[in-house]
Amino acid sequence: MTYPNLIPVLPELFMVFMIIVLLLVDAFTSEKQKGANLLLTMITLIGCFVLQKYVDHGVTELTFNNMFILDNLAMGTKMFTYLFSFVAVLYIKRYVSDKKFQSGEFYVIFLFSVLGMMVMISADNMLTLYVGLELFSLALYGLIALYRDNVRATEAAMKYFILGALASGILLYGISFVYGATGGHLQLEDVLRSMLTLGDANAGLMTFGLVFIVAGLVFKLGLVPFHMWVPDVYEGSPLAVATIIGSLTKIAAVVFVIRFLIGGLVLLNPAWSVMLLILACLSLFFGNVIAIAQTNIKRMLGYSTVAHMGFVALGLVTVSVDGVSATIFYVVTYSLTALAGFGILTMLSKGDFECQSLDDLKGLSKTHPVMAALIMLVMFSMAGIPPLVGFYAKFKILAALLAAGYVGVAVFAVIMSLIGAFYYIRVVKVMYFEEPVITLEVADVCIFSRSVLLVNVALLLIIGILPSALMMYCNALVSG
Amino acid sequence: MDVTSVLFYVFSAILLISGLRVITAKNPVHAALFLVLAFVNASCLWMMLGAEFLSLTLILVYVGAVMVLFLFVVMMLDVDLEAIRKGFWKNFPMALVLGVVVLIEMLLVVLKNPLVTMSANSDPATNISNSNKLGWVLYTQYSYPVELASMVLLLGLVVAVALTLRKSEKAAKYQNISKQVATDSKTRFTMIKMDAEVEDKGEAQ
Repeated sequence: MTYPNLIPVLPELFMVFMIIVLLLVDAFTSEKQKGANLLLTMITLIGCFVLQKYVDHGVTELTFNNMFILDNLAMGTKMFTYLFSFVAVLYIKRYVSDKKFQSGEFYVIFLFSVLGMMVMISADNMLTLYVGLELFSLALYGLIALYRDNVRATEAAMKYFILGALASGILLYGISFVYGATGGHLQLEDVLRSMLTLGDANAGLMTFGLVFIVAGLVFKLGLVPFHMWVPDVYEGSPLAVATIIGSLTKIAAVVFVIRFLIGGLVLLNPAWSVMLLILACLSLFFGNVIAIAQTNIKRMLGYSTVAHMGFVALGLVTVSVDGVSATIFYVVTYSLTALAGFGILTMLSKGDFECQSLDDLKGLSKTHPVMAALIMLVMFSMAGIPPLVGFYAKFKILAALLAAGYVGVAVFAVIMSLIGAFYYIRVVKVMYFEEPVITLEVADVCIFSRSVLLVNVALLLIIGILPSALMMYCNALVSG
Repeated sequence: MDVTSVLFYVFSAILLISGLRVITAKNPVHAALFLVLAFVNASCLWMMLGAEFLSLTLILVYVGAVMVLFLFVVMMLDVDLEAIRKGFWKNFPMALVLGVVVLIEMLLVVLKNPLVTMSANSDPATNISNSNKLGWVLYTQYSYPVELASMVLLLGLVVAVALTLRKSEKAAKYQNISKQVATDSKTRFTMIKMDAEVEDKGEAQ
């Protein structure tokens, strides 16, 4: 009997340990000492970051009977996940205490969702991928439902839960076909190997399963026609939860898709890249066009996510190192941008107020010029206006598409981005050229959170001007 | 056709029909009972495959625990069936078109590439019992997913408590154990002096 090598799993173990510590601490502290929850959450995320650095030996490590993989991709994306989770906690901590969330449960469930993301990112087996997905999704349903006195939040949680369970069922059904067609393999390398030896023998069964797998995967990304939950969930969930769902979870979701499609089922490639291509084009179209009609910012950002995920899927369609590293770059910078965007909205929601209507932002430049300028930069970055990072991210995806020969699709994507620019710039217009309707108050967030927000937005500009370092890093994650 | 094949088709047919009835039954209690029937047939199919542990667990866990709870909830809740069915016929044509499209797509894939059956790479002809073997691989080969599943359960527990527990409201009732233990006869009984009942002859008719 050999014991599994626990060194690569140290960050996960630490996370589990700290979740249990946090549960106990929350149970035995009084209402006045609830700051301890926040402190422990931050320590956990920093600790995971440090441990992740410590276990990095630059080589791919497998453990637990090849169920767990720690390669460069897992390493890098996990680091981003910890970092962005930490920043998200800084942005939402005031909101969580203002809105009288049960802070202990909130942070515990949040850490559970981070754990789920970690598992999804470094899973090397369809079984672990699935369990990680369930852990992650269940935590998100819980986070939304935690705002239980709000009817919209309850409705959003219910909708997300039912549709998510359906998508999980579809995904599992697809996995069962792969399991049958490969003669009982779930480990991604084994699936690949048995497909090589089997040749075309079970292509029908595999394709049949693949359709269900792709449907389950794109539900998690939120591509049209599996996007119905995205705007509803964004609108219904409180801003603190929308900050988490709208930004940092996307990294894990994209890595999840990469593991499935490029790690395991790459040999079925012409089949799934065509599916993704069609879904991505539909998302670009519907996401951008429907977003124009929205007056709720959260809902608008929901549709904008659909469009952005369309871009991400286009990067995967190319199945080239350039395309996939452009995808990672895109999703990381998109998370950074969305994090800042939702973070600002969260900070503008003081007390019981929830800053979510486009009217709330009217004339923001007169009342809060700094906040208005930050929102402007975020919106320009999302629209893809040159000096900001959104432009470079879109450019790299388009370049990869052109290199792979999809000229028509690239042109279509550019036109759709142009349409999308309308509603981003409308936010800026509302802030700068209209008179205030209500006086927004900035929640009294600590100076540290404010400076992190400034750095966050500054990074959008800096990476936009000097993207090569991050791009090379993403490239190393994929090719190394 | 040997007995096993006949049994397989019988169980599968009942399984499929009851699955269909789950979504078509008008009465939710009937739907839940059809789901129980579907579970029992699935468990019979598993039994035929030699997976007796899973088969019995399905009955014990799903039929015995989950479905009983489910039936209980369905019976307790006053479900407004009319509200649920509202808009069914309005959305039906769209759903029908989509369903037919999906069906045609599936048939195209299946008919174009005949599905090849594969034998799994396991060897059922061993002397070890089913549960023994399952337990062995669960805690060795599959220890990581098992541990993760335990985290999912813990999360479910935390979320369920967080969603239902209302500390601040008066509706929540707490036990004060030290107070309960420290009780004595004086706090439990109150002796009241009462006058003896006197029969009132005048009004007692």
